[in-house]
Amino acid sequence: MLESLSDKFRKVLKDIRGQGAISESNIQDALKEVRLALLEADVNFGVVKDFCAAVKVKALGKEVMESLSPGVQFTKIVHDELATLLGGADAALELKGRPAVIMLVGLQGSGKTTTTAKIALELKKRGRNPYIVPADMFRLAATLQLKKLASEIKVDCFDEEGNSLGADIKDPAGICAEALRVAAIIGYDTLIVDTAGRHHVDAELMGELKNLKEILKPSEILFVADAMTGQDAVNTAKGFDAAVGITGVILTKFDGDARGGAALSMRLSTGKPIKFVGTGEKSDALEVFHPARVAGRILDMGDVLTLVEKAQGVFDEKEAKELQKKLKKDSFTLEDFKEQITKIKKLGSMESILSMMPGFDALKKAKDIQVDEKELVRVEAIINSMTKKERTDPSCLNASRRSRIAKGSGTKVQDINKLVNQYQDMRKMMKVFKTSGAKGLKGMMQGRPR
Amino acid sequence: MFDKLKSGLASLKAGLARTHNAIMGGVDAAFTGASREGILEKLEESLILADVGVGASGEIVDKLRGVFGGKDPERLKQLLRDSVYEILKDVERPLEAGPSPFVIMAIGINGVGKTTTIGKLAGRYSGEGKAVLMAAADTFRAAAIEQLELWGERVGCPVIRQTQGGDPGAVAFDAVRAAVSRKTDVLILDTAGRLHTKVNLMEELKKVKKVVGRELTGAPHEILLVLDASTGQNALNQARLFNEAVGVTGIALTKLDGTAKGGIIIAVANELKIPIRFVGIGEGVGDLKDFNARDFTDALI
Repeated sequence: MLESLSDKFRKVLKDIRGQGAISESNIQDALKEVRLALLEADVNFGVVKDFCAAVKVKALGKEVMESLSPGVQFTKIVHDELATLLGGADAALELKGRPAVIMLVGLQGSGKTTTTAKIALELKKRGRNPYIVPADMFRLAATLQLKKLASEIKVDCFDEEGNSLGADIKDPAGICAEALRVAAIIGYDTLIVDTAGRHHVDAELMGELKNLKEILKPSEILFVADAMTGQDAVNTAKGFDAAVGITGVILTKFDGDARGGAALSMRLSTGKPIKFVGTGEKSDALEVFHPARVAGRILDMGDVLTLVEKAQGVFDEKEAKELQKKLKKDSFTLEDFKEQITKIKKLGSMESILSMMPGFDALKKAKDIQVDEKELVRVEAIINSMTKKERTDPSCLNASRRSRIAKGSGTKVQDINKLVNQYQDMRKMMKVFKTSGAKGLKGMMQGRPR
Repeated sequence: MFDKLKSGLASLKAGLARTHNAIMGGVDAAFTGASREGILEKLEESLILADVGVGASGEIVDKLRGVFGGKDPERLKQLLRDSVYEILKDVERPLEAGPSPFVIMAIGINGVGKTTTIGKLAGRYSGEGKAVLMAAADTFRAAAIEQLELWGERVGCPVIRQTQGGDPGAVAFDAVRAAVSRKTDVLILDTAGRLHTKVNLMEELKKVKKVVGRELTGAPHEILLVLDASTGQNALNQARLFNEAVGVTGIALTKLDGTAKGGIIIAVANELKIPIRFVGIGEGVGDLKDFNARDFTDALI
């Protein structure tokens, strides 16, 4: 199992705490881990260098907060810097002119044709009247593929084989000019133009793209790129940008397990925003780009920070201290237990909380885990059906009390038993912690037959 | 014939020259006044930039560290070449079509160039005088069937098909039956692109394989994983998971004609030892070449 990045940071930064501030000497090893993580996520080598230098500047001299471990604090600095550099969540499309024209460009196999249909559907949902224009005459059946997708999502598609106005055109430039004419007559307000995949070093094909740009005068030229792209992402994005001037990036195949470092490479080398991510093969699988989420993914740490921030908002420090006191005095009751559950519920559904954990999505898919959202509700109902005495001293719960609680909470006696057992286990663990710290706990775990 | 071969080699070299420049540009610049350790670091950086991966790059450079004593650029180049060749020579095992019908099943994620590779492969085998049959078992993607049929027309091979949305297992079943009764030499199955992380789609792939094996003992004889040369470290995951699911017997590396380095293949070879069969170096029918470790290495470094 891969060690999470924050674990690594914790290890290499464990000595910082006593030193007060993050310094040049104690940050070196942590920066090495950052470099490694980014390279493994396919962030371009040059970009990694710049990024590490930036993080160093941000982190140096920062006081190590007593409340946070240096590892967590450093993780946050790295994560925040990454999210900032990835840019804001901005899915706004520049739709100037009538019709407004969006042109999709990119390498072969990056997903332009599928994305064309996705954007058309998205714009249709936003109340526009889009017109799909297939201008990929190179790949076999590309036009047919787009026509089929268009009819699936019920968006009109230009037909090069004798369109509604009678023309019969076979070259991309001719198709684009004719599509503009048709759009003006029929009244489509947005054209989405799919172009053939090409390498940015193919001068002839890049020339064709420039020509199409002349004809279409698009307000958006979106570079469609595979999220799994390696070091070359910088070259291709820059190449397309230099040739036709891209206005934004769409990352595709983001539903795989690629860490997506190409996002950072492309963002930093072109300065153009990442507008959407493609998250599936269906035409509605298009999502707005969330920098924080992608930053977490590049660092391979799920959305733990979001979770930490959320939790900080719900559990305030004073309450936490109060709870600690109670734990120390061994006076943690079912009433306190219920309060904790209420707080956890405030964080969101169990599913959404767990999905912020690194690796959970993969685990869920692999093991087909079902999250029982009702579990917490049940526990709350059971505790609510208890008397004050029962809540503070569950040892008085005899059979008749248990069956009464079961009836009152609409659960079964087994559920009550389960809860009481869980509570007792919890208290046992806390006692062990209290008396001998983590060592005692380890002893208990080892002593337990598995 | 020879001209064709020559132009093919030329385009392979042209494609790889860009990779070569990226690596050697880094190396040459490194020699101006750098210490030995500095040179080695630069070398590692160049390999990482070629998508070789941090792990494999480190290994290669560590090996050099052990045997390389000086600062001589030519010697360094040769040693680096040797290290890479050392890894790649074991996976240079060209595909040899066995007894008829020889069944090849092409698999991979979306957009890596499966259908194009199959088209080129069909063209190549029928050019050798073999009776080739293609089967459109990608029943998911819109117009995937038609794309394969157009390839069939281009290279003069029949295509077994059903309708979009149909059962790929049924197409595979039909195709194997047809291949046997028509005395086909080579049957090439196209499958839908799927991300290796989608459990249900990987199950579907297993099923297609099973259907083929049930109809013809020993088939599919080759399970060809198509990888895109511009893919970064994720290509390793792809190779691992497809291999786990259906057992990959060969790899085709596509799109080597761009600026993509294709270095990930070194990492894949290093870890999984799966034979690399073909490299795709262009859009033309003839642009699929047998993988040759020496040529690849020489052109790379």
